[in-house]
Amino acid sequence: MAAASSLIKFKSPFCFLLLRRFSESPAEPLTMETSLPFSAHKCDPPPRSVTTSPSELLSFFRNMTLMRRMELAADSLYKAKLVRGFCHLYDGQEAIAIGMEAAITRRDAIITAYRDHCIYVARGGSPFEVFAELMGRRAGCSKGKGGSMHLYKKDASFYGGHGIVGAHAPLGCGIALGQKYSKEGTVTFMIYGDGAANQGQLYESLNMAALWDLPVVLVCENNHYGMGTAEWRASKNPAYYKRADYVPGLKVDGMDVLAVKQACKFAKEHVLQNGPIVLEMDTYRYHGHSMSDPGSTYRTRDEITGVRQDRDPIERVRKLILSLELASPSELKDIEKEVRKETDEAIAKAKESPMPDPSELFKDVCVESYGAEACGPDRKEVKAVLP
Amino acid sequence: MAAVLQAAALLMGSQTDIKKFRLRSALRSAPVRREGFFIVRTDGRLSATSGVMPRRAKLIPNAVAVKADTTASSAASKPGHELLLFEALREGLEEEMERDPRVCVMGEDVGHYGGSYKVTKGFATKFGDLRVLDTPIAENSFTGMGIGAAMTGLRPVIEGMNMGFLLLAFNQISNNCGMLHYTSGGQFTIPVVIRGPGGVGRQLGAEHSQRLESYFQSIPGLQMVACSTPYNAKGLMKAAIRSENPVVLFEHVLLYNLKERIPDEDYVLCLEEAEMVRPGEHVTILTYSRMRYHVMQAAKTLINKGYDPEVIDIRSLKPFDLYTIGNSIKKTHRVLIVEECMRTGGIGASLRSAIIDNFWDYLDAPIMCLSSQDVPTPYAGTLEEWTVVQPAQIVAAVEQLCK
Repeated sequence: MAAASSLIKFKSPFCFLLLRRFSESPAEPLTMETSLPFSAHKCDPPPRSVTTSPSELLSFFRNMTLMRRMELAADSLYKAKLVRGFCHLYDGQEAIAIGMEAAITRRDAIITAYRDHCIYVARGGSPFEVFAELMGRRAGCSKGKGGSMHLYKKDASFYGGHGIVGAHAPLGCGIALGQKYSKEGTVTFMIYGDGAANQGQLYESLNMAALWDLPVVLVCENNHYGMGTAEWRASKNPAYYKRADYVPGLKVDGMDVLAVKQACKFAKEHVLQNGPIVLEMDTYRYHGHSMSDPGSTYRTRDEITGVRQDRDPIERVRKLILSLELASPSELKDIEKEVRKETDEAIAKAKESPMPDPSELFKDVCVESYGAEACGPDRKEVKAVLP
Repeated sequence: MAAVLQAAALLMGSQTDIKKFRLRSALRSAPVRREGFFIVRTDGRLSATSGVMPRRAKLIPNAVAVKADTTASSAASKPGHELLLFEALREGLEEEMERDPRVCVMGEDVGHYGGSYKVTKGFATKFGDLRVLDTPIAENSFTGMGIGAAMTGLRPVIEGMNMGFLLLAFNQISNNCGMLHYTSGGQFTIPVVIRGPGGVGRQLGAEHSQRLESYFQSIPGLQMVACSTPYNAKGLMKAAIRSENPVVLFEHVLLYNLKERIPDEDYVLCLEEAEMVRPGEHVTILTYSRMRYHVMQAAKTLINKGYDPEVIDIRSLKPFDLYTIGNSIKKTHRVLIVEECMRTGGIGASLRSAIIDNFWDYLDAPIMCLSSQDVPTPYAGTLEEWTVVQPAQIVAAVEQLCK
């Protein structure tokens, strides 16, 4: 919880000093222009000018740096064989998680596929819980039973981490159905990739969502490669925001955190009034699809370096902060150091955390109600040989 | 003459009983070699094995009213009301929807049309379009939406117009319905009910005659029950809705018009309990769903022939009620399984392995299992009849078992 709050607010006295120095009030609004215009499909795009504040920009910088640091650390842990199985990294796409979170509340739901570490952290989860889960420890957010692709945070309406491409699309629309049913006035952000955009069930559930005006925002994180297949080799029409013909869409620069924030704010209002909308976030992942993919067979090194140099979401915010003189370069370096320390501490703590108890094997298979016990094919008690 | 023979058979039986008892007690006192085995209880406690486990106190059925066994039993003298099986399902569903505003229904043609088998007839006008949601023909997605809605706290009852169509939703039922509670470390529960008609009907062809219980049984986290009478249909429907677990309720397409008198008062059945249909001494016949009626038909012949079969409707297809089943085996020492499921990898196969694992010492004869043939259900009436188990086969099997 401590780590969660450190993500959102500035806890360290250093930051407050810093803000006081550069601006009378850290919450004083600033108006910025998004670098690229929005492209709209069947709706009027939101204005390009975005309201933010110095404290928000600094929190964007800190949180995105934390995510980047976390993902790079996960990469090393994987190489050290402390993390096994599947591991999909989010570096390069941080602006989407952060910008989305800035536009909505924790009562609004988010559901995503397997690239979920950073979304979990954006929802208020701690890096420690992520690392513990990645290493299969008891303290992991899913008690070590889920792994990299199954991070959930019910108290912050984060509906997970799902392993099958596109199969969470109906779940997302179902969550929105639940929200409409209970008249909560909240919305669901269902995040999928350009790979999942060719799944039939996405359009099946979108049809139903549009039919019943469900408050669901379909967020297509277009990182241009479905695993190793370039979008143009898999999609006849890679303009994903236009793919759902009868549903409005908006194309957003997913590397610009302020554009993402603006689009998500707009989308939330839109879906509460008019039913679903598609947001296509143009983004890029620096890592390969998963740890087994070096990420260099289907794209050139130049392409990756080019994106890093021109469009990196963190560098963009850094430049903004420096040009507005909200902080000095050395102060940003200090934030980076602090983040590195926080990540290292989380990893150290996760490494010390014990593995799940053998008795955990049969827990959480079924909820015990009406006498429901372990559901082997046949028995209420399960025989097992334990180490 | 027959009576003499029967008496002799009984005597023989009791003698073997005594022998068996001695053998068993000898086995018991000998050092057991399964020392490395532990029973891991689901609440995490460990305990060493000690033969057959006692029934847990928790498994007391929640039935308020207790019903005597067979369907045709003296209806007139009893209070209650008479209805058809599909009406019993409707009554159960309606009562639960009135009781809990989170219960909703979704599926193809459940609303304005009234349900393809009239289970939700009149619901749309009573509960409104959102609670009785007519979906497009997209099984995979509407099942997924039901699961998503359940994650937010609703309790959707998802109707598959025909069980065979749910194969389109297999991924949702398996990966999301069955496993999400576990992969989320217990954070989310999926209290959905997936129900619909299945089984071999009257010349419906291969796709519409499926018994999906064999496919679904290995999905962890999923509970499965099969109803067979209006009484248990209503009780199981209500229990399934109230359960925090995802439950698949199997209905049989040929049983919807079965009539029975059921109690007026509210009752809920236990999802993990088998139903004793006919107590007997000679052989345990385990069955479920429509085959219960084939077995009862065969039982009449068997009784006339001097046999005393014990018929159990296992009802809970996952997990099996091994308490009731085990007690019966300890009494009869002979088991016949009669199912409509496929021979390969079916419920019968799992049941047989469970019985061998747990009650081997009590068996006097190999377990026999009569299943449907491993063929796509043919259209032609005669071929279809040969696909599923017929009463004459059951009679023959019992005669062979009790030889």
